[in-house]
Amino acid sequence: MIRLERRSELSRAMTYLSPVLALVLTLLAGIALFSAMGVSPSAALYTFFVEPVTTVYGLTELGVKATPLILIGVALSIGFRCNVWNIGAEGQLTLGAIFGSAVALYFYEVEGFWLLPLMLVAGIIGGMAWAAIPALLRTRFNSSEILTSLMLTYVATLLLSYLVHGPFRDPDGYNFPESRIFHDSAILPIIFDGSRLHLGFALALLVVVAGWILISRSLIGFQLRVMGNAPAAGNYAGFSQKAMIWLSLMLGGGAAGLAGVIEVSGPIGQLLPQISPGYGFTAIIVAFVGRLHPVGVLFAGLLMALSYLGGENAQINLNLPLAVTGVFQGMLLFLLLACDVLIHYRIRFGKRSAIS
Amino acid sequence: MTLDFIVLALLTIITAATPLVFAAMGELITEKSGVLNLGVEGMMLTGAVTGFASVFFFESAIVACIAAMLAGTLTALLFAFLVLTLQASQVATGLALTIFGVGLSALLGQNMVGIAYEGLPTLSIPYLTELPIVGKLLFGQDFLVYLSLALPFLVAWFLYRTRAGLILRAVGDSHDAAHAIGYPVIRIRYCATLFGGAMAGLAGAYLSLVYSPMWVENMTAGRGWIALALVVFATWRPWRLFLGAYLFGGITILQLHAQAVGINIASQFMSMLPYVITIVVLVLISRDRNKIKLNAPACIGKPFHPAA
Amino acid sequence: MTQQVPLLNLTGITKAFPGCVANDDIDLIIQPGEIHALLGENGAGKSTLVKIIYGILKADKGTIEWNGEQVSIDNPSIARQLGIAMVFQHFSLFDALTVVENIALGMENSVDLTELEKRILEISTNYGLPLDPKRHVYTLSVGERQRIEIIRCLLQSPRLLVMDEPTSVLTPQEVEKLFATLRRLSTEGVSILYISHKLDEIRVLCQTATILRLGKRVSDADPRKETARSLAAMMMGEELQSPARPPKVTHADKARLEVKDLSLEAIDDFGVDLKNVALHVNAGEILGIAGVAGNGQNELLDALSGERSCDSSNSITMDGNPCATLAPDARRRLGFGCVPEERLGHGAVPDMSLAENTYLTAYAQMNLTNNGMIQTTARDEFSDRIIKEYRVKCTGRQASAASLSGGNLQKFIVGREILQNPGVLVVSQPTWGVDAGAAAAIQEALIALAENGSAVLVISQDLDELMQISNRICAICAGVVSESIPTEQATVEQIGLLMGGATNQASVS
Repeated sequence: MIRLERRSELSRAMTYLSPVLALVLTLLAGIALFSAMGVSPSAALYTFFVEPVTTVYGLTELGVKATPLILIGVALSIGFRCNVWNIGAEGQLTLGAIFGSAVALYFYEVEGFWLLPLMLVAGIIGGMAWAAIPALLRTRFNSSEILTSLMLTYVATLLLSYLVHGPFRDPDGYNFPESRIFHDSAILPIIFDGSRLHLGFALALLVVVAGWILISRSLIGFQLRVMGNAPAAGNYAGFSQKAMIWLSLMLGGGAAGLAGVIEVSGPIGQLLPQISPGYGFTAIIVAFVGRLHPVGVLFAGLLMALSYLGGENAQINLNLPLAVTGVFQGMLLFLLLACDVLIHYRIRFGKRSAIS
Repeated sequence: MTLDFIVLALLTIITAATPLVFAAMGELITEKSGVLNLGVEGMMLTGAVTGFASVFFFESAIVACIAAMLAGTLTALLFAFLVLTLQASQVATGLALTIFGVGLSALLGQNMVGIAYEGLPTLSIPYLTELPIVGKLLFGQDFLVYLSLALPFLVAWFLYRTRAGLILRAVGDSHDAAHAIGYPVIRIRYCATLFGGAMAGLAGAYLSLVYSPMWVENMTAGRGWIALALVVFATWRPWRLFLGAYLFGGITILQLHAQAVGINIASQFMSMLPYVITIVVLVLISRDRNKIKLNAPACIGKPFHPAA
Repeated sequence: MTQQVPLLNLTGITKAFPGCVANDDIDLIIQPGEIHALLGENGAGKSTLVKIIYGILKADKGTIEWNGEQVSIDNPSIARQLGIAMVFQHFSLFDALTVVENIALGMENSVDLTELEKRILEISTNYGLPLDPKRHVYTLSVGERQRIEIIRCLLQSPRLLVMDEPTSVLTPQEVEKLFATLRRLSTEGVSILYISHKLDEIRVLCQTATILRLGKRVSDADPRKETARSLAAMMMGEELQSPARPPKVTHADKARLEVKDLSLEAIDDFGVDLKNVALHVNAGEILGIAGVAGNGQNELLDALSGERSCDSSNSITMDGNPCATLAPDARRRLGFGCVPEERLGHGAVPDMSLAENTYLTAYAQMNLTNNGMIQTTARDEFSDRIIKEYRVKCTGRQASAASLSGGNLQKFIVGREILQNPGVLVVSQPTWGVDAGAAAAIQEALIALAENGSAVLVISQDLDELMQISNRICAICAGVVSESIPTEQATVEQIGLLMGGATNQASVS
C-alpha cells in the first residue's frame, strides 16, 4: 500500500526537482495525447518543443512571447507569496493596453522621444487602476479578490471591444474594429536587428532582478512573505495586512498593465479586439512553475513562451488545433501541483500501523 | 410591454437561471464539506462539450445528460485526488482545473463548432401546456428545468433533515473534531466534491443543449465563477441560492432585451451587467464579517491532516 | 476489594513511536465504581495509554481484559460498545451546530432529535450539569462545552468514564461541581479514570492512583494518604526543587504599564467585549491575571500588543507614553514586548527559519534593517545568541520553527522578546503545553527580567503557576478585570470566585 508521510522539514531537492519531474510527465502525457490524435508523437513533440527555437529568429520570438509572461509572472509570484490571488491580470493587461493606446492615439503623428515613456507609464497606471478595484473591495469590504478581479477581466474585454468598435476605431480603416496603426514614436524600439525582439524584453529582465531583490532581501519582501504564511504573526510584528494586499495588487496590476502597453506598442503595433492569447492566465502557471521565485519565473516564462510558439508551429505544419497549447499548459500545472506534494511528503510503501 | 413579452422575459429568466442553480448547488454541497473548488468553470465546460457530443453519438438526451454528469464527475475526481489525497493547495488546483478544462473542452469540441442542436425535448401535457401564460412556463419546460426546481428542496432536506447532511455540515465546521469522533472526513469530502462535479457537468450540458444550443469554445463565459459568487451571496443556504440564481436570470433580461425595454446603451455595456452585478452582490454580502463567519463552513479551503 | 473482577485490567502494555517508547510494559487495574487517578508529568505517557484504552491507538504488546474477558479494542466504536466513554482535553465540538446536534453526532446510531433533547435535559438536571440543548456551541463558555462532552458520555451509560485533564478549563467553583458529579457516578458503580497533574485535586477526589514516569509505571498510591509533596516526588522521581518565588519588588511606586478605562468591542459574535479594564504593573514586579479561556484574554492581549487599536490613546500608557492607538512596532520601539498564547502561526511563522523568526519582532529594535534591506549577519548573530542563552534545542538557526518542540519554541520566543530589553513584557499562557524543564527556565527568565526593573504581566489559566511567580494577582471574567490582591494574601478560593465573576472589580473611571 502506498501512503504519504509528512516530512519534518521541507525537501529542498524536491523544490527544484518538482517542476522538472512535472515537465517530464507532461511530455509523456503529450505523447499519449498525440498518439490518440493520430499524430506521430515524436514528430509532434519535435514540432512543438524543438523546432521553434532552431533558428535565431525563433529564439527572438521566444523572447517576444516570454516578455509579458515574465513581467506578469514575477509580479504575480510576489502576490501569491502574500496569499493575494490576483486572477484578473488579463483584465489589468487589457486596461494597460487601452491606456497606452489612448496616449498613442491622442498624440497621433506627434513625434518625440517622450511619447513612448509616457505610454508605458499610462499603461502601468491603467493596470494599477484596474487592480485597485479588487484591492479596495478586499480591504474595505472583505470581498474575495479572486472573484472580483476575475469578473473585471470579462468587463475589461468588453470595454476593449466597445472601444475598438467605437471611439478608438481607425476612421480610415474600412470599419474594421481596430485602432490606427501606431506611428513611429509610439512603437517600442527593436533591440535585435531583423527580429521583433523589442525593449520590453530588457524591461522584463530588469523586473526579474528587481523582484528578486525585493522578495528575498528587503523588509517589504519579508512582510509580504510573513503575511502570506501567517497573517496573525504579521499582525503581531506590526505589519499591515491591508498595505500588503494593496502592494501585491498594485505590483500585479502595474506589471500587467506594462505588459499590455508593451504588447500593443511592440509586436502588435495597434489596438485590436484581442491583444493577448491569455497571457494573464498563463502567467499564473508561469508563477507556479517558477516556484514563485523571480529567477524561476524567468525560466518558466521561456518554457511557456515555447509552448505558445510550439502550438502555432504545430497548427501550421501539422494541422493540430491551437487548443493543444491550452491543454499542455493546464496539464503542466496539474502535474506540477501533484509533484509538489513530494516537497511536503515522502512516499512510503507498506502497511500502516493501526492508527486512525 | 406586452403579455407576450412578459412570458418571453420569464422564460428567459428560467433559461438563464437553471445552469446557475445546478452549478451553484453542487458547489454549495462541496463547500459545506469544507472544500473550495474553484474549477467550476472547467467542470462546466467539460460537461458542455461531453453533453453536446453525446447527444449526437447516443441520440438520446437523457444519456447525453448522464454523460455530461459523468464528465463533470471525472474532472472533479482529478481535483479531489490532488487536493484531498495529495494535499495540494485548493486554490491553485482549482485554477489549474479551470485552465485545463478550458483547453481540454476546446480540443474535444473543435470538430463540433457550428453544428446546431434542436434543443432538449420539452414537456407537453395536453390542455395544461396550452394554458395562456402559465402553460408554457409551468408545464412546457424540459426535464432539466424541473430537476433544477426540485434541487433546492432535495438539498435543503438533505442538509438539515438527514443524518448524512448533519455529518457533512460537521465535517465542514471542524474536520479535526469529526475525525476525532470517527467520521471518514476524506471520504465524505470526496463524495461532496464529486457531487459538485456532477452538478457542474449537468449545468454545462444545459448550456450546450438548451441555452445556446450549440457548442462554442469557452461558452460558459464566466458562469462558473458567478456560481461561486452566488454560493457566498447565499451564505451557503440552498433556498437563498435558488433565489440568487433567479435574480441573476433577471439581470439577463436587461442584458438580452435591453432595446425592448427601452435602454439604448452599447451592447458591450449591457453584456457587462452580469459581471458587475456579481461584484456588487459579493461586496454586499462580504461586508458583514460576522454573518460570513457564522455561516461559512469554518474549515473551507483548509487542508485536512489527520493527526496520528 | 481484591475479590472483585476488575472492570479493566491492562497487562504489559507497550507502545513505541519512532524516537521514543511512550508506554513501557504498563499494568493498570481499575475496579468497578473506583475513581482512579493517572498521574504523571507532560510526556509521561498518560495520553498514549488512554488512547489505547479508547481504541485510537493499538498497543504493540500487552493484553486488555474487560470484566475478566480479553478484548481487542480496535477503534473508538468498539470502546464505546464495551462501555468506555472519554472526555478529551480538546473537545470535539462543532461551533456552528447546536448542542443536541453535537451530541447526536457523537452517538453510534441515528437518533430522533426531539427525543434526544428530552434525554439531554433529563441527564443535565439529574447530574447538575445545566445545559440548553437548542443553543449553538459557539455561544457557550468552555465550562459549558465540557458539560456537552460529559453528557454525551453519560447518554451511553458508560461503565468507565475517562477524563483527560478536565479541570484546566474550569474555575475552582466549577471544579467542585464537577467533582460532585463524578462522586455521584462513582456511587452508581461507574468507574472513573482521572488523568491530571494537579496533585491537590487528586488527593481530594481519587481513591487510587497509578503514577507514570517516562513511559513506565513507577508506583501505585492511595492519594488520600499521601501529601502533594510525596506524590510529586513519585511523579518526578527526584527531590523537589524549591519552587520559583516571585521577584523582590524594588520600585513599588513606579508604574511602567498603566491601563485605564480600556473598552474594546469584540470583532464578532465569537469574541468577548472588554469593559473598562483597569490595571497597572510597577517596575520590578509581576502581575498575574488569572482566568479561564474565553473571558477576554485574547482581546486584552490584542489591545496591549497593538494588534487592535483602541479609541482613546490614553487608555494604555507605557512609562508615561500614551500608546493605545499605536501599531505593534511603534510600541516595541517604546520598549514593549509581548509573547502571545499561540506559538505557531502567531508568535512565530511555522515554515520560516529561526533566523527569520528572530527578524519578525527584532527588525527595528536591534538594528537589523538598513535602508529597508535585511542585515543578515546582524540578524544571524542575534538569532544565535537567543538559541545559546536560552538553550533552545534545535539543529541551528536555519531550523524551521515548526520543527521545534513546544517547550523549545516557547523558550525561543520568550528569549527573543526578553533579549530586546523590554521595559514592559506581557506574556500569555507562558508554560502551556511545555515540559517541566522548559517551564522552569521560562519562569526563571520572567522573574529575572522583573528583578532587572521591567514590569511583567502574565495572563494564565494555570492558577498554581500564577500563585508561584506573581507579586500581585487579579482575575479576568467576561471582559472585566478585577482588583488585584497581593499574592501572599490571596487564597485559591478567593481568586476562584473572582475568576467566576464575583464582584470585587476595579472599574476606575
